[in-house]
Amino acid sequence: MPSTLAARFKSLRQIPAKPREVPLSWSRIALIAGLVLAVTLPFVVKNFVIFQLTMVLIYAIAILGLNMLTGFNGQFSLGHSAFYAIGAYTTAILMEIYGFDFYLTIPVAALICFAFGFLFGLPALRLEAIYLALATFALAAATPQILKSTPLSPWTGGVQGIYVLKPDPPFGLPVNSDQWLYFLTLGIGLVLAVIARNLIDSRSGRAIIAIRDNPIAARAMGVDIALYKTLVFGVSALYAGIAGSLSAVVVQFVAPDSFTFVLAIALFVGLVIGGVGSIPGAVIGGLFLVFVPNFAEEISKGLAGAVYGAILILVIYAMPSGAAGLVRMLVAKLAGRSR
Amino acid sequence: MRLARTALLGAVALGLGIAVSGVVPAMAENGPGVTDTEIKIGHIGPYSGPASAYGTIGKTIGAYFDKVNAEGGINGRKINFISYDDGYSPPKTVEQARKLVESDEVLLIFQSLGTATNTAIQKYMNAKKVPQLFVATGATKWGMPEKYHWTMGWQPNYQSEGRIYAAYILQNYPDAKIGVLYQNDDYGKDLLGGLKEGLGDKTGMIVAEAPYETSDPTIDSQIVNLKASGADLVIDIATPKFAAQAIRKIGETGWNPVQIVNNVSQSVGGVLKPAGFENAKGVLSTGYLKDPTDPNWKDDQSFKDWSAFMDEYYPDGDRSSSFTVYGYSVAQTLEQVLRQAGDDLSRENVMAQAANLKDFVMPMALPGIVVNTSPTDYFPIQQMQMMRFNGERWEMFGPVIEGSGGN
Repeated sequence: MPSTLAARFKSLRQIPAKPREVPLSWSRIALIAGLVLAVTLPFVVKNFVIFQLTMVLIYAIAILGLNMLTGFNGQFSLGHSAFYAIGAYTTAILMEIYGFDFYLTIPVAALICFAFGFLFGLPALRLEAIYLALATFALAAATPQILKSTPLSPWTGGVQGIYVLKPDPPFGLPVNSDQWLYFLTLGIGLVLAVIARNLIDSRSGRAIIAIRDNPIAARAMGVDIALYKTLVFGVSALYAGIAGSLSAVVVQFVAPDSFTFVLAIALFVGLVIGGVGSIPGAVIGGLFLVFVPNFAEEISKGLAGAVYGAILILVIYAMPSGAAGLVRMLVAKLAGRSR
Repeated sequence: MRLARTALLGAVALGLGIAVSGVVPAMAENGPGVTDTEIKIGHIGPYSGPASAYGTIGKTIGAYFDKVNAEGGINGRKINFISYDDGYSPPKTVEQARKLVESDEVLLIFQSLGTATNTAIQKYMNAKKVPQLFVATGATKWGMPEKYHWTMGWQPNYQSEGRIYAAYILQNYPDAKIGVLYQNDDYGKDLLGGLKEGLGDKTGMIVAEAPYETSDPTIDSQIVNLKASGADLVIDIATPKFAAQAIRKIGETGWNPVQIVNNVSQSVGGVLKPAGFENAKGVLSTGYLKDPTDPNWKDDQSFKDWSAFMDEYYPDGDRSSSFTVYGYSVAQTLEQVLRQAGDDLSRENVMAQAANLKDFVMPMALPGIVVNTSPTDYFPIQQMQMMRFNGERWEMFGPVIEGSGGN
């Protein structure tokens, strides 16, 4: 029945990856403004704010990875804290026990996490939607215990965790180590965002999105679903691992209690807040994760958790498709009016 | 791209200007956070998350400094107590500590709570030479002045507590089969280590060890395993929520072992009440502070003072909770340090005075227990007394026991 297939294919192509495209000029202006702001900020704020901003970027990288998996490929994960932890511990162990240079540990952490993600993606193939969410959640819940376990403790330091030394800025750059780590994270984040965008816009990206939208049609079009799903899982874990690796040196300490399921949930919250299926939305998600709990605490110390929950509900209510969806809608309205 | 480059250059120039203007140090004798009218003190505690029961301590300390301020402050300076929530998560502790030191510019961080959380900031605090004073954890590693000059504990450390239990068991229950419930972290292993050290070649008395994680929703299965091991003496090395669960579960299963609950979970209101008084009757522990529910202290002047303080400054506080007595006493210890420091409120002198407490009596400590420190002794409280819960309140018995220092 070639005609039906063609019709299906056609309808598939008519579903755009992003519901309403922001006009190019607008998005470019916003991007440049954002970049100028990102580059300027570390010179005008205190070091600890730079630290917070670096954490924002780190979370954004992890959320970006989660977004590729959930937003574009339609696979749920509540277990990305595990890959984040593997990345962090890889860097910490390589630096503190084997004396590696920090910069070398990033690609190693990325590769190890890719491998773990790919392998975890294999059994995940058999699990759909909420069952996959549950399986990955089990991974998140198991991670702290595994890190604490006695057989691993010669490397992980067990419950004590591992101190990590912050690298100094190289080449005698006139910045302090907080600023340097910020720019390093920013640079890595930008590269990863560009890679993510190019991947999504490519032929493989269309296959990844097709699997999300209509797996049967995708298979009919000759997409190797198993391969793509596991690869996306691997790439997603790789992003989370790089984020974890950077967090190890920025926080200067890794311990099992830093990577509980609370982190996995936080990344998922960041994904939804930023906008499922939006690459710049990841930064909004990161900002939310770092600053909203502090804001909630300022409102009420005793009820910080409840205030955070209330803010979360309000935000979801106000922008059901995340920050990216809200921006897209506003820009589309403005553009429509000015015409 | 050109725009971005121009912006970058502009930003670099701007940043350098700011950096230079900020580098010139103010060579005052006082440390940061100190003016003629104010002393800024930082605090980090878990107001949210798995250990939020401890949030009471921070609130009590805040209330105590309100009292100090209302009575004229310390040498004319008011205490500005800045307390942040870290949810018991080490990366958040790092963020909050940096905020306190670099943005709020406090003189010192006081009573930050938790072992992993304090470990996360210990190197930072010592590199910055900012006192990390009287941390709220009994790990033995806070008393290493030669390595960490700027970090000091306060409460009796877990190892000596474990040794005190061992001594008590050897003397009173030499044939016991011991089951240990412990939190699988530094704190749990530290206390368990002290217990084993105290038992010496009798370590074989321990027939079962059941670890739990703070992320576990309940510890029912651990209790079932301990019961199945045939133990007749149980030690709960557990934080309040889990200790309450353990005592309740042991009661509900109709098991009737001798039960010792560690000092951090002896709160009547926070642990024994939720566990059920009928289940908690006969439970043993050690103490160093007066139990506010004990009628023996009814006419005690220091208890009356504490009670008046609670009425006026922390009326919502739980009067049956040991945390309010803890917060009150540790705040008094810091007050003493700051009074001793007088008008030389540099970070060096504050640390020197913290290491120079001589027979300081905390009114709400048990009679006979005094605070002593020196530049080589960073363990302020080292004495404890055994006690038994009679179904309504703790009853002290036996002598004040000196738990010898750490390692």
